[in-house]
Amino acid sequence: MALKDLFTKNQTKKKKYATIPTEAAKSDVPEGIMTKCPTCKKIMYSKELSKNLMVCLHCGHHFPMNAKERIDSFIDEGSFEEINENMISKNPLNFPDYLEKLEKDRQKSQLNEAVVTGIGSVGGHKLVVAIMDSSFRMGSMGSVVGEKITLAIEKADELGVPFVIFTASGGARMQEGALSLMQMAKTSVALKKFSDNGGLIISIMTHPTTGGVSASFASLGDYNLAEPGALIAFAGRRVIEQSIREELPEDFQTAEFLLKHGQLDAIISRLDMVEKISTILDIHQPGGELA
Amino acid sequence: MIGELEFERPVVELRKKISELKEFTKNADVDLSSEIKKLEGRLEKLEQDIYENIKPWDRVQIARLANRPTTLDYISFLFEDFFECHGDRTFADDEAIVGGIAKFNGLPVTVIGHQRGKDTKENIRRNFGMPHPEGYRKALRLMKQADKFNRPIICFIDTKGAYPGKAAEERGQSEAIARNLFEMAGLKVPVICIVIGEGGSGGALALGVGNRIYMLENSTYSVISPEGAAAILWKDASFAKNAAETMKITAPDLKELGVIDAIIPEVKGGAHKDVQKQAEEIEKILSASLKQLLKLSEDELISDRYNRFRSIGEFALINDLIGVK
Repeated sequence: MALKDLFTKNQTKKKKYATIPTEAAKSDVPEGIMTKCPTCKKIMYSKELSKNLMVCLHCGHHFPMNAKERIDSFIDEGSFEEINENMISKNPLNFPDYLEKLEKDRQKSQLNEAVVTGIGSVGGHKLVVAIMDSSFRMGSMGSVVGEKITLAIEKADELGVPFVIFTASGGARMQEGALSLMQMAKTSVALKKFSDNGGLIISIMTHPTTGGVSASFASLGDYNLAEPGALIAFAGRRVIEQSIREELPEDFQTAEFLLKHGQLDAIISRLDMVEKISTILDIHQPGGELA
Repeated sequence: MIGELEFERPVVELRKKISELKEFTKNADVDLSSEIKKLEGRLEKLEQDIYENIKPWDRVQIARLANRPTTLDYISFLFEDFFECHGDRTFADDEAIVGGIAKFNGLPVTVIGHQRGKDTKENIRRNFGMPHPEGYRKALRLMKQADKFNRPIICFIDTKGAYPGKAAEERGQSEAIARNLFEMAGLKVPVICIVIGEGGSGGALALGVGNRIYMLENSTYSVISPEGAAAILWKDASFAKNAAETMKITAPDLKELGVIDAIIPEVKGGAHKDVQKQAEEIEKILSASLKQLLKLSEDELISDRYNRFRSIGEFALINDLIGVK
């Protein structure tokens, strides 16, 4: 008997056509009403999930949050005032299809770019905030993202208030080439100036924070914080696995991995975010005196 | 022959033919001098045609040549009394970055650069010029020392990128790069950066926050390698040649984008053809640029560097454009 005959049973069982379940079928529920948690696989009402700040009611998994949801959940109600919202990208390298992709994402995300910046308050403390949104070009940093963040840092410097940034980014925006690389330097030199003037920088890394963003402002906080389970990395896992052929631990490049290796001050659940950030801001309030 | 590339093959072949003819006339009793002269005229024109129209992909090949001069090659031609300093004082000495103190035409300076190997053995030792966090931390330590003793800093950039590996991530590759960008912004001494080979993304930029940034004519500076860009854009790394053109990674491209201050001309065919002559070209620009920067006060140097990077980037305000909501 030939070796391959051993496998005839498997061959007859083989389906003629592969059936690919749709995303909707996979979650077994009509889209929109219910959401399935990718971690614990439990199903919950989308409305309840949203009310719980997009944190799984069962296991605490943090779903991605868009910029608007973040502002609503983090900034004191009615205090947010957006700045530089009318800035949009050009196509400096004449990169094929770039403008079309931008327009598509503008429609999809209802944002002009991958970061929203503004002035507001948290727990009554005034601050300048920058919130990245990964639904726009994976939150990648091109000239506009770099410029808006730099302008926000300069605004915080001018007002003498803390600068808080929520990062979410796949890295530098390839379509803007070296110009996007240089935004890493631009934002970093602005942070240095702000820091030398005594400015407080708080960086909160959310899922995912990688590449050029992770290797610039995201890592430059006086306090480097992260949401649970967030992917935070310089080089992607697949890049490392393929080029280096090293075996990687399961929690590799998660917030928990970074905390263990001394790269973070703390991991903060989204449900505690306002309280914890308010505490830091409060301690930094000038004029504290020994009672 | 080592160091000869596809695009320059016509030149190499013609040159070979001429020398064959010369050899032949030496031994045979014929006079071919007029033919040789004609061929030499053609060679000159051919060289001009080829070397003055080097395509981006050819420059990538030149920048990656194994025998392209490295940081240590230039250090030996440009500086006296180079004293190398090792280690980041925290974890290790990363030999993918070299640095130390030296004199440049009598002026004490600190020199730092990526260092790749020229053969496999040296490349393994130097991790192919791809630094770990401790390499960047060593560089920062030396920069802070230069700041303390008021020495200008000269950085040579030549890396495919920061090393993507498990150990590098554990020790904070991102933080190490970010910290250098941040701290370089505050240095009170002149900082001059020269891209001599490949300038690969954040790993290159971590030595690149200078008052002046120069590129050798055939070097590249990019956010991602042409292969990487091709894999993402066309799902096929073999489109690297197209990506090299699209991504605008050559010295002339970056000059036009306002990322670099000037291009340092290369010896015909590439720096590897005559290292000494190439070092002389670098010396000219280094000397002129130092003379300028040494006139600036500490505050002026910091704001000069700030303004240099502050102005990079292209964007529009939505009212400028028609057809966007």
